[in-house]
Amino acid sequence: MTAGPVGAERVEEPKVPPTPVQTPPRPPIRPRKPKVTVRKVLILAALSAFTLLFIYPFIWLLSASFKPRGEVFDNKLIPDTFVFENYINVWREAPMALWMWNTVFVTVLAAVTVTLSSALVAWGFAYFRFRGRNLLFGVVLATMMLPGAVTMIPVFLIWNNLGMVDTLTPLWAKNLFGSAFYIFLLRQFFLGLPRDLFEAARIDGANNWTIFSRIAVPLTKPALIITMIFEFQVAWTDLLQPLIYLRDSSNFTVPRGLKALLDQYGFGGNWHWEIVVTASVITTVPMIILFFLGQRHFVQGIATTGTKG
Amino acid sequence: MAQSATTTPEAPRDSVALRAKRLSRRRNTRAALLFISPWIIGFLVFTAWPIVYSAYLSLTDYDVLNDPSFIGLENYQEMVEDPKIRLALWNTFYFTVLQVPLYVMVSLGLALLLDKAGRAAGFFRTAFFLPKMTPPVAVGILLLLLFNGQDGLINTVLGWVGVDGPAWTTDPTWVKPGLILISLWSVGSSVIILLAALQNVPQELYDSARVDGAGWWQQTFKITIPMISGALFFIFIVNTIAAFQTFTEAYTAYFGAGNSTYSNDAALFYVIYLFQQGFEFLNMGYASAMAWLLFVIIMIFTAIQMLASRRFVYYEGEQR
Repeated sequence: MTAGPVGAERVEEPKVPPTPVQTPPRPPIRPRKPKVTVRKVLILAALSAFTLLFIYPFIWLLSASFKPRGEVFDNKLIPDTFVFENYINVWREAPMALWMWNTVFVTVLAAVTVTLSSALVAWGFAYFRFRGRNLLFGVVLATMMLPGAVTMIPVFLIWNNLGMVDTLTPLWAKNLFGSAFYIFLLRQFFLGLPRDLFEAARIDGANNWTIFSRIAVPLTKPALIITMIFEFQVAWTDLLQPLIYLRDSSNFTVPRGLKALLDQYGFGGNWHWEIVVTASVITTVPMIILFFLGQRHFVQGIATTGTKG
Repeated sequence: MAQSATTTPEAPRDSVALRAKRLSRRRNTRAALLFISPWIIGFLVFTAWPIVYSAYLSLTDYDVLNDPSFIGLENYQEMVEDPKIRLALWNTFYFTVLQVPLYVMVSLGLALLLDKAGRAAGFFRTAFFLPKMTPPVAVGILLLLLFNGQDGLINTVLGWVGVDGPAWTTDPTWVKPGLILISLWSVGSSVIILLAALQNVPQELYDSARVDGAGWWQQTFKITIPMISGALFFIFIVNTIAAFQTFTEAYTAYFGAGNSTYSNDAALFYVIYLFQQGFEFLNMGYASAMAWLLFVIIMIFTAIQMLASRRFVYYEGEQR
């Protein structure tokens, strides 16, 4: 990964030898070509400045997590005194490993179940033609517009009656029943598959389940991965649900734990911001790793939802 | 149907075919419903019933421990008189009205720049998207750290250019602007959506515009923006709905245990107050009534935006 300015120099060189502007009119078939390089340099300079703006908070946070207590706010890029203690202290002050495990547990279950169930439902809407299909699918889309606040309290009461408050179950079990956004997303991908394929399989004697599991699912693997990593991120970063459902700190997820650390070490009279900073790094790093592992899928998934929505 | 005409007489053949067809359609419907059944169950249990029950709860006094007692419209009457509702609504409108247009404009600006960046676009796109991966709790904490009035990074940088930065996190006038600014840090996904839309605009349009002598300004406002108006509208509407329900960053930074050291009225957004009423004070009936008011407000805003979009949004092909 190169820094912005280095990239700027690299791209600046023109691919095609520059043609004088006053050449006789030629048909405008050629793809866009850098006309003014000064403009290009300005654009790249602006982009580099923005990149610094977007990336620097990470660097600040990471650097601060290696500073001793008194230097956290010194805004220096390289710590004057480099300490690793904060990471050890976080682990000692908080059940970080347990929180990490809870989060991984919830996140994996949430991502896997929502992908499987949403794929089933999406296939039901994409492949079959039945009366009331469009109406039902309209309802699926409508639920996306419903503010979560409306269902928040009754859903809490359901889990409360089942005695599941203060367990991790409410954080993922809803995903067994599919989620409107992913149903919509996966249906788009299923609709893009050639129908002849399924008719051919049917003539060869494949039943509905075989067509789904052996043909449709393998062909939409990228979309399934998109769904899984999207939900992985949603489940990992959520704070509201853990705030509602988790009481005992041994059940906390990492974001809920981070909030508790902030309340205790940030404001609670302790002013140990280095603990808060370090815990923030620990909470964020898995998401950065996830992004670099699935970067292509993130970009493709977001672009799809935005342009077909 | 045609190939069997030689053997069987007209009437029975038809009925057999029809029956087979009807049977296969019924099987088809049954199979489809089987595939869809997870969603149907989930919808009934986690959406339909909660909507109905929430409407009922909004007419009751309910603290979870005792049974709900019916009190008619009292919750709604109380809301009219509750100064905190007015405060929360004001804060939420303030945030939404400023944040959404800024968010869309910043995304559009960055996407336009990226569109011209050539081969380097991929690198910059990654850089812009990374903040979106940061858990909102961590964003709330970064807000407290970077926008700290005394030695926060923002005010330090402002100090270099001679600006005496405000106390972003403690001065009530600057709490919401701070929250709006940090929310712009995560424009990444909107940038990706707009960039994808920009790359779909046919190049011929620009070529012929250039032949007609249109400059950058005209090309942007007469071609680019109309051509991506669908995507622009999408992020506008999605972000409006999200802004009305903003919660985590503000809650992390200004609410919760041990955080009563300074006035946090300036950051009391509607969903935060709803959460407090429902889960901290256990006024579940009142919180349900609040949820319905939010629902109505969001519906009205969405409907207005949809109506406006008919005039301003251009969908290519339009037949989809």
